[in-house]
Amino acid sequence: MALLEVEDLCTVFHTEDGVVHAVDGVSFQVEAGKILGIVGESGCGKSVTAMSVMRLIPDPPGRIESGRVLWKGRDLLAVDADEMPQIRGREIAMIFQDPMTSLNPVFTIGKQLGEVLDRRFDLRGAAADERMVEVLGHVGIADAEQRLSQYPHELSGGMKQRIMIAMALMCRPDLLIADEPTTALDVTVQAQILHLMKQLQQEFGTAIVLITHDMGVVAETCDDVVVMYAGKVVESCGVFELFVAPRHPYTRGLLDSILRPGRSKATPVPTIEGVVPSLLQPPAGCRFADRCARAVAQCHQDEPLLATVSDKHLVACHLPLEVPPS
Amino acid sequence: MKAAALVEVRNLRKHYPVRGGVFGRQRDTVRAVEDVSFLLHAGETLGLVGESGCGKSTLGRTMMRLEEPTSGDVLFEGRNLASASAAELFTLRRDVQMIFQDPYSSLNPRITIGEAVREPLDIHRLGSAADRRARVDELFEAVGLSPTVQERYPHEFSGGQRQRVGIARGLALRPRVIVADEPVSALDVSVQGQVLNLLVQLQRDLGLTYLFISHDLSVVEYLSDRVAVMYLGRIVEIGKRTSIFAAPAHPYTRALLESVPIADPRKRRDRVPLQGETPSAVHPPSGCAFHPRCPLAVAVCRGEVPALESVRTDGDDGHLTACHRHDEI
Ligand SMILES: Nc1ncnc2c1ncn2[C@@H]1O[C@H](COP(=O)(O)OP(=O)(O)O)[C@@H](O)[C@H]1O
Ligand SMILES: [Mg+2]
Repeated sequence: MALLEVEDLCTVFHTEDGVVHAVDGVSFQVEAGKILGIVGESGCGKSVTAMSVMRLIPDPPGRIESGRVLWKGRDLLAVDADEMPQIRGREIAMIFQDPMTSLNPVFTIGKQLGEVLDRRFDLRGAAADERMVEVLGHVGIADAEQRLSQYPHELSGGMKQRIMIAMALMCRPDLLIADEPTTALDVTVQAQILHLMKQLQQEFGTAIVLITHDMGVVAETCDDVVVMYAGKVVESCGVFELFVAPRHPYTRGLLDSILRPGRSKATPVPTIEGVVPSLLQPPAGCRFADRCARAVAQCHQDEPLLATVSDKHLVACHLPLEVPPS
Repeated sequence: MKAAALVEVRNLRKHYPVRGGVFGRQRDTVRAVEDVSFLLHAGETLGLVGESGCGKSTLGRTMMRLEEPTSGDVLFEGRNLASASAAELFTLRRDVQMIFQDPYSSLNPRITIGEAVREPLDIHRLGSAADRRARVDELFEAVGLSPTVQERYPHEFSGGQRQRVGIARGLALRPRVIVADEPVSALDVSVQGQVLNLLVQLQRDLGLTYLFISHDLSVVEYLSDRVAVMYLGRIVEIGKRTSIFAAPAHPYTRALLESVPIADPRKRRDRVPLQGETPSAVHPPSGCAFHPRCPLAVAVCRGEVPALESVRTDGDDGHLTACHRHDEI
């Protein structure tokens, strides 16, 4: 059984302009101890999916309309709201692109970490200090004592993100959801943080949902991948399969538009023409049809359902791409 | 160098005072740009790459005289932007224009995009009203926007379309040099490709010269003819794009290239990433500023600032690096 199973999740936002169908029938699974990447361009619903799983959607204006979020077999969308903080703290942790979403600027790092230990583990004093130094060690912070006495604004972006990961890990969660954790960081610091996340997965067996818009990050870090487009999952499979034999034309387009080493301006970058459809009134049929070179009449009428094309490989397309000869 | 340079930047410095204390006295100096020299040849793209805070945007803005240089020269066909009077600068700006990262903040939300593109023509009083209208239509077409959308406001457009408006505005005065600061960094990959293709096509059609500033190595590799790598206010390596990417000579450039994730799971590497982060430009490390993070640092690296030197001992292909140990690696 998968650790987390999201089934047919629908989340909407009620805005002045109408109802935004931000996440519209999203399904995927996270296997224990694995890193699942959720990839797609901005606005496709990655963050809303993560926030829905955590039941952190502000209501109003947002609303989880339907679906199930099976966590170790229990539907999180059906549990008592009072029970969620327990699950969020101890079993599923989340980190964000901007660490200041979770850090309080007026308290030292030590005070903030200490409070988590006090509240959740009844750990105080020397025992708490010891645990803090240990956890900071796990995220590659050697000068722990100095860091504990500092305020968030005294730390670099990379250091803050390490502290966030340390805080998330103090409770030894089974799942860490990381929403664009390296997007705001420099490329050398990104490499450090991704390296760290892989180490944690290997050492503690923590499963990770890594949300990103960067196919390079997916290729280097993830075991499995979900590709989202305009509020829907269009393809999901293992990472090798995705890069070697993508079956959805949108995935293919994303892969083709990557600027790979050695490319120069002598040849134009392949692009996906057109724009993402509005989530206020999504078109009938396939949401990618208007931009798809393969689209036929059926694509504009019937919505393609996510279906298995080969072992653990799902695609939502009426005319999936052929498997390239190996 | 064979071809004459269109722009020559000589020993450019930009220091900012850091004030503090009860009387707001100057406490320290941020050396954002420290003794930078390079040439920009007609028709080429020089990519300027480095991590946040390394001084690349300040360098661009100081070259444009949007910031007053602390010292140094910026020569455009013999005229010095760094010391030009206000009137001279006004004329020079016709030839050297800037495009910014964030089309959201560089466009005034209260004026239509047509007016935004026409504004430089109005300021410089170029042509009659009819001429200006025709020129704006022409610019819209050149950047792939329909001239019929001129009456609309910036918020009605996507990021990619707004960047096209920013480019049209930058081109209005028929400049010969464009300093582009992270123009595609805020865009999604599929849109980024469209804007890159546009920049290349405009360069070909109009014979433009680009200084292209970006933190994204893949974008810089794609677009540039030559590349300069900055670290803590200085250029640490500069040369042809092909030799920088195929044979980086500075340990920082190597670390930077190795950090870029490769979009192919078959090429996963089990590497140990470069440790540490960029130190502050207020108290840069002594000698080579990279020495605290450099696996190859020796005593001389802590003591002396390395000068930019030719990497190749045989004939000069213009690949320079500032590393005491480049011969040995
Ligand atoms: N609080 C909100 N109110 C209205 N719309 C929202 C809100 N939060 C997200 N959305 C919309 O939901 C869609 C998905 O957004 P998001 O999940 O943030 O995308 P991603 O994380 O993939 O960039 C977007 O169209 C976005 O504008
Ligand atoms: Mg997001």
